[in-house]
Amino acid sequence: MSPALMRVLRVVVLLSAVRGAPLATVTLPPVILEPVPLEPVPVPSEPVRVDSGADQNISIPINTEQQQQQQQVSLDVDVMLTGELNPNHYPARRAAQVVLHHLNTRYGSPYWWGALRQVHKATAEALGDSGRKYSLEVTLQDQISGTKETCTAEVVFPGGPAGGPPQVTTSYEGKSEINTQAQEEALYNQYNTSQNLLSGHNLPDSYGHVAPGMEPFWHLGGVASSFVMLKESSENTLYNMAQVVSVTQLATENNQLRFNYDVLLHEMVSQEIIHWKLLASWSPQEGVKASQMELLPKCHHCEPPQEH
Amino acid sequence: MMLALVGMLLLQMGAATRAIHDYNVYHPYTEIDSWMTGILIDNPDIVSIERYGQTYEKRDINLLRIGERTGAMKKVAWMDCGIHAREWISPAFCQYFIKQILQEYRVHGSRMAAMMKEMDFYVTPVLNVDGYIYSWLNGTRLWRKNRSPGTGSCSCYGTDLNRNFNVTWGTIGVSTNCCSETYGGTAALSSPEAASVTRYLEQRKADVLLFLTIHSYGQLILVPYGNPNLTAPNYGQLMKVGLAAAAEMKKVHGMSYRVGTSPDILYPNSGSSRDWARLAGIPYSFTFELRDNGTFGFELPEEQIQPACEEAYSGAMHIINHVHREQFNAAVSVATASLLGVLLATCVTVANNAF
Repeated sequence: MSPALMRVLRVVVLLSAVRGAPLATVTLPPVILEPVPLEPVPVPSEPVRVDSGADQNISIPINTEQQQQQQQVSLDVDVMLTGELNPNHYPARRAAQVVLHHLNTRYGSPYWWGALRQVHKATAEALGDSGRKYSLEVTLQDQISGTKETCTAEVVFPGGPAGGPPQVTTSYEGKSEINTQAQEEALYNQYNTSQNLLSGHNLPDSYGHVAPGMEPFWHLGGVASSFVMLKESSENTLYNMAQVVSVTQLATENNQLRFNYDVLLHEMVSQEIIHWKLLASWSPQEGVKASQMELLPKCHHCEPPQEH
Repeated sequence: MMLALVGMLLLQMGAATRAIHDYNVYHPYTEIDSWMTGILIDNPDIVSIERYGQTYEKRDINLLRIGERTGAMKKVAWMDCGIHAREWISPAFCQYFIKQILQEYRVHGSRMAAMMKEMDFYVTPVLNVDGYIYSWLNGTRLWRKNRSPGTGSCSCYGTDLNRNFNVTWGTIGVSTNCCSETYGGTAALSSPEAASVTRYLEQRKADVLLFLTIHSYGQLILVPYGNPNLTAPNYGQLMKVGLAAAAEMKKVHGMSYRVGTSPDILYPNSGSSRDWARLAGIPYSFTFELRDNGTFGFELPEEQIQPACEEAYSGAMHIINHVHREQFNAAVSVATASLLGVLLATCVTVANNAF
């Protein structure tokens, strides 16, 4: 039966179902127009293949961002921009994002989670073997209260084969609002117990929802992820946390609440979703610390059962 | 006669008893498909559904064609959503867009009513149907590509449809590893989804004024080209219109959208549908990256669907209005200019003769 006829029949069945009346009195609207069969668009007879040489060993999961970059086909961008940068263009934006990761490691909490809002000014300079330095003026915003602040910052992306994490300094002096302290103390006291250890998963869920009681632990996951995102960042990356897959509280140790986190990071340039485990510890006095950070392989062979 | 009346009444009731479509939640593909049929039934005068291709898993790729039927081939504004599976706000926007333009069309004397006489809207609510369905399964919410299997020794699934179009294919911002999220495919147009769009529009491209492809996230309006070695001949105009659209978007809910080529404001890339459209001669071609900026990313909360769609709609309509004005009022302007020219010449002749 032709697809067009199938469509017509489907519409007919639908109409019958909702009306339950004979069709003889109703004119059906025009339905599917099957396009006239056309000449296929000619594609090159020799498929255009880019010889990458990295195509071997495909079953090895993509483990590191470095391997990612090797397999990206790209023009050799030897000429990195120096001097005054366009603050809306990606080099300034990527460096500014690193500033935010840094600020979150220093000042983040279940009630303070910074995000980049605007880059006002940016310059870059080459430091020879030591790498490249960006000087920036940015506006950041606490994603929870909405409060905005402007600060200046410097980001050094180390040079050389060893690489290493970027080094950041800022003029930021701490959150101007202090009323998160009460909330933080309350949360700390509520969960500083060995009974009913917290656990949760999929923050946010597929529909973007986070249960109100879980929001602080979603924020905490974002802040703890900043430790990973900071150390993984380069001029070729832009990281955000995509989702907390799971959070499981462990017993308090040294007055720090502790949580095992399983997170998915989204790296914008490669578009990869990168899976990390980490241990987050937190108290209002000490802030957030992340340790035991572990990259998990991309799971290629965990195909879910076919839906039918 | 009585039977006809009863039939019409029952048809009205039938339409009313069909569940009202909620535009503020995300819908699985079966619901979007049913909704499309419903739109068709509710608007038989100006809507038709066209199947223009098949996905790898042999599902139909459908567009809604919306416009008054004049019998002639009309100018076209193209919009596609859901080319990347995990970007759920994108198909949600196509649904919202269609609802809005139909609503506005029904307002007598509205601008949209006039536009639909002269233009057709071709809207594909979900282009990457297989991928979208896959992203609704357990554990695969963040799937991006289509669902074609790997080839050769590579066992991973999926081609990045937005790296698979035949425009400087495989040159930059794309991976040759089939496990990568930006895997460009075995060849340009190796994916049936990209091939369907190309085949369909190749034949009609002379009449296509605008190509809008909807993505998330990042709050950007991207203009061609993704390859930094290519410059669109009307780059200045594209930027001007794009910046004006972003300004309109900001007025709605205060959200900032950056405007520029992908190599400038995001990253270089090749094989995108936007680039293919511009290269094919479609003068206005844009990628919209909708909300947000990374807080929720691909999992934008359902409470944000409406505001995200409202601002995106105002941006899209700014571009559509500009394109329409340029195409149709220009004809009027040319005629007016000619008339003025004739009058002027007459005056000069008279003046000359007088002296």
